[in-house]
Amino acid sequence: MSRRLLEFIDIEKSFFGVKVLKGVSLTVPAGGMVGLVGENGAGKSTLMNILGGNLRAEAGAMQFEGEDYAPANPQDAARRGIAFIHQELNLFPNLSIAENLFLTKFPRPRARPWIARGEMHRRAAELLREVGLDVSPSRLVERLSSGERQLVEVAKALSIDARLMIFDEPTTSLSVREKERLFALIARLRARGIAMIYISHTLEDVFRLCDDLVVLRDGEVVKAGATATFTNEKLVSLMVGRTMRQLFPERRLPARRDGDEPQAGLEAGAPMMEVRGVSQPGVVENISFALHRGEVLGLSGLMGAGRSELARILFGLGPRAAGEVRLDGELLPRLTPREMIERGVAFLTENRRTEGLCMDAAVADNLTLATLPEHARTPWRWLSRESLHAAVTRIRDVVKLDAKARDAQPVRTLSGGNQQKVVLGKWLLHKPRVLILDEPTRGIDVGAKFEIYRLIHELADGGAGVLVISSEMEELIGLCDRILVMRGGRLVDEMPRAEFDRERILRAALGAESQGGQGI
Amino acid sequence: MNRFTRRALDFAPLLLFVAVLAFFGAQSGKFLEPRNLVNIVVQASSTGIVAVGMTFVLLTAGVDLSVGAIMFVAAAVAGKIALGGLPLPFALLAMLAVGLVFGAVNALFITRVRVAAFIVTLAMLFIGRGLGLRITETRAMNLPDSFLELGAARLLGVPLPAWLFAATLVVAHLVLTRTPFGRQVFAVGHDVEMAKKAGVRTGTILAVVYLISGLGAAVAAMVTLGQLGAVSPKFGEGKEFAALAAAVLGGTSLFGGRGSVLPGTLLGVLLIQTIENGLVIVNANPYLYPMITGAVIFVAVLLESLRNRTPGGRA
Repeated sequence: MSRRLLEFIDIEKSFFGVKVLKGVSLTVPAGGMVGLVGENGAGKSTLMNILGGNLRAEAGAMQFEGEDYAPANPQDAARRGIAFIHQELNLFPNLSIAENLFLTKFPRPRARPWIARGEMHRRAAELLREVGLDVSPSRLVERLSSGERQLVEVAKALSIDARLMIFDEPTTSLSVREKERLFALIARLRARGIAMIYISHTLEDVFRLCDDLVVLRDGEVVKAGATATFTNEKLVSLMVGRTMRQLFPERRLPARRDGDEPQAGLEAGAPMMEVRGVSQPGVVENISFALHRGEVLGLSGLMGAGRSELARILFGLGPRAAGEVRLDGELLPRLTPREMIERGVAFLTENRRTEGLCMDAAVADNLTLATLPEHARTPWRWLSRESLHAAVTRIRDVVKLDAKARDAQPVRTLSGGNQQKVVLGKWLLHKPRVLILDEPTRGIDVGAKFEIYRLIHELADGGAGVLVISSEMEELIGLCDRILVMRGGRLVDEMPRAEFDRERILRAALGAESQGGQGI
Repeated sequence: MNRFTRRALDFAPLLLFVAVLAFFGAQSGKFLEPRNLVNIVVQASSTGIVAVGMTFVLLTAGVDLSVGAIMFVAAAVAGKIALGGLPLPFALLAMLAVGLVFGAVNALFITRVRVAAFIVTLAMLFIGRGLGLRITETRAMNLPDSFLELGAARLLGVPLPAWLFAATLVVAHLVLTRTPFGRQVFAVGHDVEMAKKAGVRTGTILAVVYLISGLGAAVAAMVTLGQLGAVSPKFGEGKEFAALAAAVLGGTSLFGGRGSVLPGTLLGVLLIQTIENGLVIVNANPYLYPMITGAVIFVAVLLESLRNRTPGGRA
């Protein structure tokens, strides 16, 4: 067996009391290339953040080149020769390539105060030659394409003499040619003995590039071994596996409007929101679906598949190049958040803290924010305190907000679960007919999750249409009547509750399938 | 937007400057005489030096509203010292010290206590003006002739203030473009957190830009003293906004990370000064000056924001 370069030993880490890494051990051999795969939230990013010094493990240890390794910050990692090539690149667009490469270690002529520009450009040009980027080192980074910027990132890694490079989804924003160029570069770097960890959802690339594969699921390594011992099929089923059953409220069949036809429940509900051919270049492409009265519709897909972007377009927060949206059969000429709210559409963004709540304002103020005009009384349109108070009391009860949370308490001081209930309560006061929920249970505890699931069902039973975006497949399967799967900005699969199948969903989301990808 | 318009917008301040020169040149023969052009530079030098310091601060996405007040305190202290009979160099050194102390206090509250630069320097503006009034006992102070002599001194036929301005510009330009510190100022201005992650000592960088700004204000106060020979209670008042306007007019972004001293801030200062000078020469109504200057600043900044609105595509 070859020498070990990096070793993770029983790494543990939790967030908000939830264990996201449950004793992860894995090894990167010297000069080897390890592919790290797993679903969203399997713990890949957390593990890499620990390696890079952005997070600290609660238990376990790391060894790098045979020595203990415990980085306190990203600079520690860089000093040891560990370099990250991130999805969102960490380059300064307002500086030149050379300046980005040498930002904290500018060459200077014998301790003079100024930069030795000649030497800097010569060394930068050398690094650029190594990564095969044929542009002047004095060019500003903002004038480079995303593929070229990635090569600059690799050059940066070379400049610190990296012995281990971590590629995190490096190909998502690259063209086919740029991707081939990157892979050729990876091959050259490997020939020089640089070890790599490659994280990607594009299984085809992982198979092509890596010697070893490690499958992470729910914070545990479920299988590690030579790439040759895996097949595409096997990899997908390992990624999905059997997860712990979470508690979901029992879903009664969608309310039947006509009293008969117990099984054809969904179609019995009239379409509330119809989306036809919605496109926005580079974001989503030709999206068509209908959301029915009383339906809970799930939207699955990997990060970057365009789910949140689609939600934002439907609510009028993002531009739309083509396509139409109908509410109750009526074509909407333009989409603006104001118009959508007036028509009874509510949208919970995935960023509760920054977009959903005024964190320093009181619970009561947050709850009534969207419906203030309803509480204004003539003749002077002053707000009626009684009316506001009544609304707050009523909705607190509906969302089962923690009794300890006072009306006047700042939202910031509440737990994540209670914060989310406040956001939901705000929109419920508006009596929405269509609810779009983006990651409604992210970062909240199990008990609060259950409450939120129950609320979603009650809303649907009351005749609302609910669109739920979630990265937790388990959640969609437990919660929804129907699931749509997105990949690369398109809808690639659709299945009713009776056909829910984890592997099929994941396969469609990954695009690693043979049968799953019938277009809709 | 096509390429030509983009290029034109790139040079908006320069084109505006040429247009203003041409306009006033056509109005009056005196305007383009070398004597008047030198005069414009000399008149611009005090605001210009403040604006150079301000440019450093703006590049980090900060702002320094206290520069006018620093000028006042520095001048008042210098006046006291000079009137007390100490020789000129002592007064000048004391001015520099005042600038550095104020800059250091700004830096301390901004980097250590983490109060917004706008608030810290606004407070320092009021504290400084109050302190200056206390020192001068709200009376105008006439200084010894040595100050005026210094202000009128010439080297190779060019007045000393213009030399000082030129030297400030060249040194600042070299620091910003050729030293690690200068390049890190741009990095911090683009994104502090990212710069910190990249290993840049962001606290030091931020502290130093406020020291530079304070020092710039002190040097500008020297130039103004050399030109006026007196400290009035209004000394330096409104300089912070004149400097801000000049820097922004020269293409420096209020959001940090973009801008230059040469040609940027120089052009901005000269443009404002040239308009005022031209209006005097064509005998315009003095009440119009601020309005016309304001309109030109507005147009230049509008053009700048148009340029930034277009996606930063590849050339």
